[in-house]
Amino acid sequence: MAIKQLAVFVENKHGSLDEITKILANAGVDIRALSISETQDFGILRMIVSDLEAAKATLKENQCVYTVTEVVGVSVPDTPGAMAGVIRILSENNINLEYVYAFLGASHDSACVILRVADNALTEKLLEEGGYHVVSDPFIEKL
Amino acid sequence: MEKYWQKEIETASRDEIVAIQNKRLKETVRRVYDNVEHYRKKMDEIGIKPEDINSIDDLHKLPFSYKQDLRDTYPYGMFAVPMKDVVRLHASSGTTGKQIVVGYTKNDLDVWADICARQLYAVGADENDMVHVSYGYGLFTGGFGLHGGAERIGATIIPVSSGNTNRQVTILKDFRSTVLCCTPSYAMFIGETLKQMGIDKSELCLKAGIFGAEPWTDEMRQQIEDLLGLKAYDIYGLTEIMGPGVSYGCNMQDGMHVNEDHFIIEVIDPDTGEVLPDGEQGEIVFTTLTKEAFPIIRYRTRDIGVVTRGKCECGRTFAKMSKPRGRTDDMLIIRGVNVFPSQIETVLIRCGYTANYQIIVDRVNNLDTVEVKVEMTDEAFTDSMAELTKRERTLHEEMKSLLGISAKVTLVPPRSIERSIGKAVRTIDKRKLI
Repeated sequence: MAIKQLAVFVENKHGSLDEITKILANAGVDIRALSISETQDFGILRMIVSDLEAAKATLKENQCVYTVTEVVGVSVPDTPGAMAGVIRILSENNINLEYVYAFLGASHDSACVILRVADNALTEKLLEEGGYHVVSDPFIEKL
Repeated sequence: MEKYWQKEIETASRDEIVAIQNKRLKETVRRVYDNVEHYRKKMDEIGIKPEDINSIDDLHKLPFSYKQDLRDTYPYGMFAVPMKDVVRLHASSGTTGKQIVVGYTKNDLDVWADICARQLYAVGADENDMVHVSYGYGLFTGGFGLHGGAERIGATIIPVSSGNTNRQVTILKDFRSTVLCCTPSYAMFIGETLKQMGIDKSELCLKAGIFGAEPWTDEMRQQIEDLLGLKAYDIYGLTEIMGPGVSYGCNMQDGMHVNEDHFIIEVIDPDTGEVLPDGEQGEIVFTTLTKEAFPIIRYRTRDIGVVTRGKCECGRTFAKMSKPRGRTDDMLIIRGVNVFPSQIETVLIRCGYTANYQIIVDRVNNLDTVEVKVEMTDEAFTDSMAELTKRERTLHEEMKSLLGISAKVTLVPPRSIERSIGKAVRTIDKRKLI
């Protein structure tokens, strides 16, 4: 069920991001969502992409360090309290969030929220029980 | 079955070895005194005559030779035979100052080929092997040294020389090289290139690698063996003494046998010059016993190592020297603490990084700073910042506990540290100590 996320190692210096986005663009890879966390020296660029295999191939060819991780994607309605509901479910079940980011999908009345947790299956089950729609890779591909 | 190129001498008793050394040392001292003004002057200054040297126990009476002596007598001042008897010249790279030049007679080349043949046999090579030499050919001794040894044992030599790494990989694969000879850092580079070209190590026929000319660690040996699918052996040598083959690694992969019938090894305290007992770490000093064109007495190599004696499990009886732990001139003194790049390398590999690193030393507000740039690897990378910074911290702490100094660790993208096809540049010292 979970979504495959691509994380790329980037140096925290001028032009690094430009280089990686260019590499992906040249391979015809579309970036659906993106988040960066950084230290003074380096950063982790996390992305949900349209074509994971093509992205991996071009990154490898260009000698980038990357890793693929499975993350949970959940569709959250664009209403007050919807996100709070997601967090409450996680909190009540003692699920720690390593990181979170969101992006807009095709429809403008909901956002897709990416959650990095230790147990994807459990999180997905709890969210579905809580009435949320968990999204999968095919959903991302259709965007 | 262990194979020896010259079994009789390689497995001789200590008494036999010492007898040969005593005889040859006396001859060498007589020869340099008679033929090289530099030695005659130095010995006369301290009142030592050739007849005062009767055995290797008298060796310590002779003055040391330094690289500076070779520079001062450049180009031919230390040659002990007329130029008509010199059949080959080699020279050091001159990267650390003025270059030095050495000469070989026909007999010197003969000895050199034999000691390199001993090395090749010790790693299990023979006339059935394809020896791929990626050391540079030219004035540098690396290429021609092992070339001579491979020719001596009747192996098929592939004299590729250094550079053009993609082509090296193609040749390794297509020509089915079985023994690779190059610097350890270049072996790493070839291994990475293999991966990048999408060639699996199982497509190669390599069984052994003979790596030397720069200090490297056992951890790096493991990485090279994994990358190339071979057994990695040490070879030691330096232009001033002969070139590669002065000492040679055997199947035990634990130290190198010194060709004691041609060279005497001593380990000394680099500060006092005092000879240290076996097993103690110090600067390695060599005296040649058979060199005709360019004999050298008690040459200070500036390599730091340990010598041990006793029969090795491979059957060889020559003294063994450890892998050089560094060079006295590579040694960094940081906030008063002695640090060798090889120590940093050990920590890096233990923590899951590669041997691709660079040490940058600077002085800010009168305080030495050290930055170690380390390349990120697929294995060490994760999507979690918490985990990544934790690993960075572990590396920092390991380094602090081993070196006794605090170094800034900077993770950089793969292949952003410049690769070397010869000796790797490990250290950049920006301090201006004047």
